[in-house]
Amino acid sequence: MTVRKTKHEMPEQKPKDRIKNFKEVPYGYDEKTAIEEAKRCLQCKDRPCVIGCPVEIDIPGFIKHISEGDFDKAVEVLKTKTSLPAVCGRVCPYENQCEGECTLLKIGEPVAIGRLERFLADYEKNKGVKIPKKGKPTGKKVAVVGSGPAGLTCAGDLAKMGHAVTVFEALHAPAGVLMYGIPEFRLPKKIVEAEVDYIKKLGVDIKYDIVVGKTITVDELLHDYDAVFIGTGAGLPRWLNVPGENLDGVYSANEFLTRVNMMKAYKFPEYDTPIKIGKVVATFGAGNVAMDSARTALRLGAEKSYIIYRRSEKEMPARDEEIGHAKEEGVIFKLLTNPKRFIGDDKGLLTQVECIKMKLGEPDDSGRRRPIPIPNSEKKIDIETAIIAIGQSPNPLIPKTVKGLKIGKWGNIDTDEDGRTSIPGIFAGGDIATGAATVILAMGAGKRAARAIDKYVKSKK
Amino acid sequence: MYKIVEKKVLSETVKLMKIKALLVAKKAQAGQFIILRIDESGERIPLTIADYDRKQGTITIIFMEVGKTTKQLGTLNVGDSLLNFAGPLGAPSEIKNYGTVVCIGGGVGIAPLYPIVKALKEKGNYVISILGARNESLLMLEKEIKSFSDELYIATDDGSKGQKGFVSDVLQQLIDEKREIGMVMAIGPVIMMKVVSDLTRKYGIKTLVSLNPIMVDGTGMCGGCRVSVGGETKFACVDGPEFDGHLVDFDNLMLRNRRFICEEEESCKLAGV
Repeated sequence: MTVRKTKHEMPEQKPKDRIKNFKEVPYGYDEKTAIEEAKRCLQCKDRPCVIGCPVEIDIPGFIKHISEGDFDKAVEVLKTKTSLPAVCGRVCPYENQCEGECTLLKIGEPVAIGRLERFLADYEKNKGVKIPKKGKPTGKKVAVVGSGPAGLTCAGDLAKMGHAVTVFEALHAPAGVLMYGIPEFRLPKKIVEAEVDYIKKLGVDIKYDIVVGKTITVDELLHDYDAVFIGTGAGLPRWLNVPGENLDGVYSANEFLTRVNMMKAYKFPEYDTPIKIGKVVATFGAGNVAMDSARTALRLGAEKSYIIYRRSEKEMPARDEEIGHAKEEGVIFKLLTNPKRFIGDDKGLLTQVECIKMKLGEPDDSGRRRPIPIPNSEKKIDIETAIIAIGQSPNPLIPKTVKGLKIGKWGNIDTDEDGRTSIPGIFAGGDIATGAATVILAMGAGKRAARAIDKYVKSKK
Repeated sequence: MYKIVEKKVLSETVKLMKIKALLVAKKAQAGQFIILRIDESGERIPLTIADYDRKQGTITIIFMEVGKTTKQLGTLNVGDSLLNFAGPLGAPSEIKNYGTVVCIGGGVGIAPLYPIVKALKEKGNYVISILGARNESLLMLEKEIKSFSDELYIATDDGSKGQKGFVSDVLQQLIDEKREIGMVMAIGPVIMMKVVSDLTRKYGIKTLVSLNPIMVDGTGMCGGCRVSVGGETKFACVDGPEFDGHLVDFDNLMLRNRRFICEEEESCKLAGV
């Protein structure tokens, strides 16, 4: 039998339609396509895909069940390792993880593991989610700070082990970046809410409006709980630090996306939070957050949406899939272009950005070729909105308010492999420990920390 | 849910509410603020804490009805609840003994000034308070602030109460009288804080102002509240809300605060408020 060399296509909304709505772009596989795609899997003995997965999902295991049409069994296998499959099946960079290790790459495209994971999660959601048996209550209490991917994973795993878990969330909505950062058209909020609901059904209590470090301190939590996990993410926006960055019309990607996603400004005035962008929007940066911002701008009615990036296409950190989607939708890429200053009118309103052309020199510390400005190549571009999406740093609120906590050089909390910090009983993981990374790495960190916390609280008298 | 346990109408557009928020009340200090959201479709808005009662577990907010959310808030009554109420946010005021302090409150800015006046008095400062408003009906908390002040002056734009003119005129007189002033605290409209800061800069008098820019999350995440202070970008929600008035770029703040004026009007019109 010969193996099909390419993935089965996943149907999606046409670009000209989807830029007028916030609905999810891909529709997902139907059952028949899922089974056909699952049959491509070679069931390798050495399971390279599992090694590529930060949360160690038994990938050949669940794919085998799909190929046999036993979706319930497949879900069971999938969910022993992940509590957020509908999220991972949408936003994981599979190409660098499971799919990046797939044996089929030798002859063509890998098995569409991400699409199959998404299929299963959606299948289960439509059918009604089954709640797994919880472990016997241990009598131990754990506080989790932040309800993003790291916190939710850690909380879910601890609850399954039988610990009483309370999550403290600063905002009024759960799920951190999954809610405020990633747009509806890439990760529908209904899906996120359903995943959170699953975690709650495991017995996890989520408390909102509690800004740990302000409303209550980590020391107080440590007094009332047997252990504390900190997963407060990389919430601090980075700036270009060029003149004019405080003009009216310049947003951080965090502000722009939080207004649109969490506060639902795309539904203004039905929702009270406004957003204003004008006709021409420029997003600075070329990661996933930048793609999300540029594509969101189109959906809000921008006539032109630029990505302005100082290196070339090859160095863009966003996933190929996101870059592809952005291009299809008409986002204009101005590469090897670096902003020098923002220019406003007499009312302080942003009207232009002055950029300089760049060329690539020798590789720098990151291994990417260093961009060098080309003298006298400055050019002004008319824009009404600028969105700065050049990365985030760890949120400083907790690192600043816990005495004796060892902090790394980027303001991150220093931890070992399993999330132990310099203070016994305090664990941390996700972007707060590593700096801005991916959803799945944060989940992996939450998972490892849950195991370490389990061991720690059981060793306590 | 956070219950409204007391409501007072201070003037036609200014209202006081006490909100039951046990954890916030336990930690609140002078100078800090809260973020509230009325309902599911609501906006998050910051309001400075006007008072707190640790025993009752309440936070007092005083707000002027200027936009959709504050107007809607004003229609709520005792027994109603707010969906979200997070805090206390921001850094507390630096309360220490400066000798003589001048506390200046303009309009609704008088509300957050009150706990600061109280705290400064309790630290042994000689407190001179100057309250200003467009007219007498917009003045508030006069009695309360008087009880913690060694001297109290009032200025109204129309002269309906106290001296006719601005709070900065009274401050100028104090300076002209060669009063030793250790610190000036000014809270009110941006233009008032700018004028006060410009005045005290000439005489080298330390001046603190409390800023209230547009915010979303209030935890240092979005940067919508950024202000330029001494050429550096600071976030009012976590680095402030109080800053050295001599270093704040007030003009930029005034421009940024106008960002959503049209949308605010549209929102009000649609809600019929």
